[in-house]
Amino acid sequence: MLEIKNLHVKLEDEDKQILKGVDLSLEAGKVHAIMGPNGSGKSTLSYVLSGKDGYEVTEGSAHLQGEDVLDMEPEERAAAGLFLAFQYPVEIPGVGNMTFLRTAVNAQRKARGEEELSAGDFLKVVREKAKTLKIDAEMLKRPVNVGFSGGEKKRNEILQMAMLEPKMCILDETDSGLDVDAMKLVSEGVNALRDAGRTFLVITHYQRLLDHIKPDVVHIMANGRIVKTGGPELALEVEQNGYADILAEEVA
Amino acid sequence: MGLPDIKTNLTDARLAAQPVPQSGAWLAAARDDALARLRAMGLPTKRDEYWKYTDPSTLTEAVAQSADVFDAADEAPLYDGIDRLKLVFVDGVFDVDASDDMAPEGVTIERLADAGAADIHWAKDLYGVLEAKGQSPVERPLAALNSATATDGVLIHVTGTPSKPISLIYRHADATSDATLHHVIKVDAGAEVTVLENGPAAARFNKCMEVDVADTGVFHHIRAQGRDHERRAVTHIFGRLGKESVFKSFTMTANGVLTRNEVVLELTGDDAQASVAGACMGDGAFHHDDTVFITHDAVNCESRQVFKKVLRNGAVGVFQGKILVQPDAQKTDGYQISQSLLLDDDSQFLAKPELEIYADDVACSHGSTSGAINEEALFYLRSRGVEKGTAEDLLVLSFLAEAIEEIESDDISEDILARLEAWLMRRRG
Ligand SMILES: Nc1ncnc2c1ncn2[C@@H]1O[C@H](COP(=O)(O)OP(=O)(O)OP(=O)(O)O)[C@@H](O)[C@H]1O
Ligand SMILES: [Mg+2]
Repeated sequence: MLEIKNLHVKLEDEDKQILKGVDLSLEAGKVHAIMGPNGSGKSTLSYVLSGKDGYEVTEGSAHLQGEDVLDMEPEERAAAGLFLAFQYPVEIPGVGNMTFLRTAVNAQRKARGEEELSAGDFLKVVREKAKTLKIDAEMLKRPVNVGFSGGEKKRNEILQMAMLEPKMCILDETDSGLDVDAMKLVSEGVNALRDAGRTFLVITHYQRLLDHIKPDVVHIMANGRIVKTGGPELALEVEQNGYADILAEEVA
Repeated sequence: MGLPDIKTNLTDARLAAQPVPQSGAWLAAARDDALARLRAMGLPTKRDEYWKYTDPSTLTEAVAQSADVFDAADEAPLYDGIDRLKLVFVDGVFDVDASDDMAPEGVTIERLADAGAADIHWAKDLYGVLEAKGQSPVERPLAALNSATATDGVLIHVTGTPSKPISLIYRHADATSDATLHHVIKVDAGAEVTVLENGPAAARFNKCMEVDVADTGVFHHIRAQGRDHERRAVTHIFGRLGKESVFKSFTMTANGVLTRNEVVLELTGDDAQASVAGACMGDGAFHHDDTVFITHDAVNCESRQVFKKVLRNGAVGVFQGKILVQPDAQKTDGYQISQSLLLDDDSQFLAKPELEIYADDVACSHGSTSGAINEEALFYLRSRGVEKGTAEDLLVLSFLAEAIEEIESDDISEDILARLEAWLMRRRG
């Protein structure tokens, strides 16, 4: 699904290298998790993949189903099936959540040459998906993320994902700020989307989320690189011992 | 104390080109008074403090600069779906044939050119009167010029609640037209009216509207200034608000090489509510100036000023807004916000927000900001598949939303929104 090879990224305005050769191969139908210390470059990886300004790729590549994503505009990446659930979802005053969702869904359909959803069909689908995520009608009417609590913002991200049905879903710390019940809801939302044709890259600090969303592969990122890859047991190891041992191994 | 020669000469030249028309007794007297005011003040120049940000020379010069007529192609006119009483002016001249019958229920409407021929008229107590009152503490000579020389306009007396809005449509046909219109609107106690305005009117347009809203009267005003790129306009609204009355005025401006909109309101009765709002989108050779002066003279009144400007390609936006709270105007609630969204580094927003408060128990707030499009929000929208141009448009409309929300009627605000969307689409081609 997504092939990342030797990806090197620096800040555009500063001489600061953040990703120093990331290799990841994410197969269709799998859930990969990335863990790693603060500042190791996890969010940067997700931003670079989705096309945020301010970063410069100095080496390496990323291909989504064979297409060079680094060469595309952010909206083209979205239309190609890439989705990022933001670590910090953005507030957009004055743009209604519903308008936003509908514009996004229809923009992607249009880009793929599909017919736009009618207002009625759209409403039906949104209402149903919102309900399973316990997002009420009032929240749908409000401006995007404005005045939403931390957990509400995260649920709103998952609602967008459910509406857009992307192929490659990157979840950046979607569990942070969620209470125990919301974590279950969100995980169920994600699990409902698990499918042989869909891949997840779940960035998290905690095993807790991975109890609900069971990963196939766990990677540890440190200092801009994937330093260790293993099965679900790797996450448990981190949970118990922290990163010290793993990082020591790497240096050795 | 004499006027500087430059102002005397400017005023003389203008009056030579635009003489005071003949009228019946009441109007002739009003025009004389206005002429005396004008002569005492002289027309403004860019050295005047009140014209620091806007050069008035093309508004004051004897002969108007020409302006091409905008071709709206097959676009539906604004307010098309709204049932309204249409009164049409072409290059500043009332067009009887194009207009609806002027005798709807709850209101009497007369043409200034007709009513002005009479010896006596109710409008005598308002025509040039509110304008004269609005000349202090700041002079507004172009309004006095208007009262002295206006050639047409309507006198609207609202006695009840007319079933539909009164729609003043200003067509522009002649590239060299220079129009001066003066309207007087009197809203009786308990009466309610909506006045719509749209269209460029002329190559150069000087319009004055005096509005007297009696106790518990309600006045709604929604205006869209025409899209002719080269048109120039100076407009004044003078409003007096009685007890528990409501006055709401919204203006949309897209295009126009020069626009100066002045609104001067006096809240004279307790518990009155005023709102003045504007949404403007300027591109290229565009200079738009909102100058607002609201005086609170009574207890427990509320006033709002909400102005939003989107500027690109060197467009200039100006806001001069003042809230004056007199010593007895306790419990005043005054709100003023003026913001610009600058879509590039060439565009400019100049703001002078002012509060002058002499009462001690008031809540007044004001804020003025100028900023670029929010890159984080833009990326967020694009990451969801929204194409860059569309995402920018959404953010522009969301920026203007607070001003548009000041419009009371949903039908009309939807119409305004659709027009703004069309403007954005047209720009992107
Ligand atoms: N725009 C930027 N300007 C300056 N520094 C940046 C920028 N973006 C990222 N960095 C730096 O790059 C490093 C990696 O940041 P990143 O946000 O990718 O870390 P992370 O692994 O997601 O951390 P966390 O677990 O805390 O979310 C950090 O040192 C961060 O300060
Ligand atoms: Mg992060």
